[in-house]
Amino acid sequence: MANKIPRVPVREQDPAVRATNFEEVCYGYNLEEASLEASRCLNCKNPRCVAACPVGIQIPHFIEALKGGDIKGAAEIIGHDSSLPSICGRVCPQESQCEGSCILGIKGESVAIGKLERFVGDWRLENPQSVELPATNGRRVAIVGSGPAGLACASDLAKLGYDVTVFEALHEVGGVLVYGIPEFRLPKKAVVAKEIDSVRRLGVKFETDVIVGRTVTVDSLLDDEGFDAVFVGSGAGLPRFMGVEGENLNGVLSANEFLTRANLMRAYDDNYDTPIYVGKRVVVVGGGNVAMDAVRTAKRLGADATIVYRRSEKELPARVEEVHHAKEEGIEFRMLTNPTRILGDDKGWVTGINCVQMELGEPDASGRRSPVEVAGSDFEIACDVVIMALGTSPNPLIASTTTNLETTRRGCIVADDEGQTSRPGVFAGGDAVTGAATVILAMGAGRKAAAAIDKYLKR
Amino acid sequence: MVEILSRELLAEGIWQTKVLAPRIAKSAKPGQFIIVRADEKGERVPLTIADYDAAEGSVTMVTQALGVSTRKIVAKGAADSFADVAGPLGRPSDFVHESLEELKSKRFIFVAGGVGTAPVYPQVKWLKEHGVEADVIIGAKTKDMLIYTEKMRAVASNLYIATDDGSEGFHGLVTALLEKLITEDGKQYDCCVAIGPMIMMKFVTMTAKKFDLPCIVSLNALMVDGTGMCGACRVTIGGKTKFTCVDGPEFNAYEVDFDEAMRRQGMYRTQEQRALAIEKERAEGHKCNIGLDK
Repeated sequence: MANKIPRVPVREQDPAVRATNFEEVCYGYNLEEASLEASRCLNCKNPRCVAACPVGIQIPHFIEALKGGDIKGAAEIIGHDSSLPSICGRVCPQESQCEGSCILGIKGESVAIGKLERFVGDWRLENPQSVELPATNGRRVAIVGSGPAGLACASDLAKLGYDVTVFEALHEVGGVLVYGIPEFRLPKKAVVAKEIDSVRRLGVKFETDVIVGRTVTVDSLLDDEGFDAVFVGSGAGLPRFMGVEGENLNGVLSANEFLTRANLMRAYDDNYDTPIYVGKRVVVVGGGNVAMDAVRTAKRLGADATIVYRRSEKELPARVEEVHHAKEEGIEFRMLTNPTRILGDDKGWVTGINCVQMELGEPDASGRRSPVEVAGSDFEIACDVVIMALGTSPNPLIASTTTNLETTRRGCIVADDEGQTSRPGVFAGGDAVTGAATVILAMGAGRKAAAAIDKYLKR
Repeated sequence: MVEILSRELLAEGIWQTKVLAPRIAKSAKPGQFIIVRADEKGERVPLTIADYDAAEGSVTMVTQALGVSTRKIVAKGAADSFADVAGPLGRPSDFVHESLEELKSKRFIFVAGGVGTAPVYPQVKWLKEHGVEADVIIGAKTKDMLIYTEKMRAVASNLYIATDDGSEGFHGLVTALLEKLITEDGKQYDCCVAIGPMIMMKFVTMTAKKFDLPCIVSLNALMVDGTGMCGACRVTIGGKTKFTCVDGPEFNAYEVDFDEAMRRQGMYRTQEQRALAIEKERAEGHKCNIGLDK
């Protein structure tokens, strides 16, 4: 029977201290804490958490293993459905997935499934298990993009005996895990690099600085370089802007640019050459995880940082934990506020942002109440940097350079549930297909595509 | 790691570096650029491609040492290596997609300024290889700062040189020489391509406009990734925001908002100057400016 104890709190860096450094906010559970938290799980007969997990991890089973102290067994159970537990444990929106469906959450607090997954994932990184690889079958698969979709697809194919090469456009492997998500939320050396090393140990080859669509094309990989199939997991990297006046002033940038400078280029570290500019006051427009990452990075670089979001706090698409952490760190939240114009001085530098107050009207297509302008409510927020975190869309480069590859009007590659595109031998998954979504969905799509590629090449 | 095959000093502070990059050499077309990262801590620096040789697998870049990152690039010689070279990026020059028949009926004039002479070379070379005539103007402050004159002479139909101080060729700016060629020498052109400092491209555009001469410029905006991800390279073209890295780098010059483009280039000037000052101090030792060493 489960323990009737409160959810075991997770140790975190003190907010005042962490707002000035880039080290990880959350320390995670140790064995004792993890075992205690695991003991809270009711091991439901019809586990709602499993149904709510995008990849169907057997959550009560791995927690049962943890209860008995069998971390290795827990890792094996998770590994059956997820290839990146230490990452998903950190970045999944658990409150709207597994934990949001936990029975314990109805009257009290749900089991900390994310933190338990992270604990098991981190143990696995510290204790890599040797995998018996089948003899190589001589068939070659090219993976485009080294983010969550590509990594998951690559490791499954390698385990099936394929000769896999991953092509990455940037100089470092990891995709959004490296350029997008900050160090304080997802450590690069301790977690991302180790996950990638474990994929490398499966015999997967990585080639950086290869821009598919420019350096090579999907066509040339298949026709000239002897690959038998291609998986496109190139993500959604193109930033959106608002199209308001003043958006090209000096000091307005996309969250992608700001985060890439900080994360991929390590601009926050004086030993690195890439510059970054935060000024004294930063306004970040948007309410998703990327907006939270940008605003908290700006804070850590010494700026007063504010979130401006056009809906109310309830509609914020960011993970609850990130919003909570941001508030603890002293981020100001201005809800129901929509920018209408960015103001600049005579030299073309940002001086402020003009906004209107919004109120919530009828629900829109997404089911969220749509914000409506309050007439005559214009006001100004003074700032010297404006960061746009309004979402991203897939880069058209691959679709436009690949023969017979269909895309939607929004630039997403058309693929069925198994990742098959309009072109035989070419598979796709993750944000490149769905538009910007989550790490776990991309990982799941990469794994489904791996199975489909195996089926296709064995047909 | 990318192997450096050779390095050559072309003029004061301007170096030519040739690297081994077979895939880029095979895919490169005139008008495209590469991103170079000198070492593990370096910036991603966009540089236009000055030459490429698919058979040799080599790509050539010409770099003017101005800041910390470009200094790092030119400091590396044969037997050294760069951490990264990625490309080719951006869209090739429009003429690559035009029919040869159409191209052969066109009269091109290229206007190259300073280090911008290097990216003009593969364009003129491509045209020459396809039997298309092109005249070229190369401009520099002074004779010693001219680069690529001999290489260009070998591929251009007519090569004209302009120096600000008159130390070689025409005495004056490239715009004045362009105007002279059209008005006094009776030259007729159908397309002008200008590559050089932003201010030069702006004025060449104004000169071309006077003669209703269609003009193309290659913009050297700030970039981080160079693949469309960051948007640092936003420019206004015909009233619309475009990304230099994926929509350009070449644009119809008449539509470019040059003043905005120049202003945006200065976005990180303060940080860059600070970095350069720190580097200088590291090299030369600290000199106290407030008398504490006395």
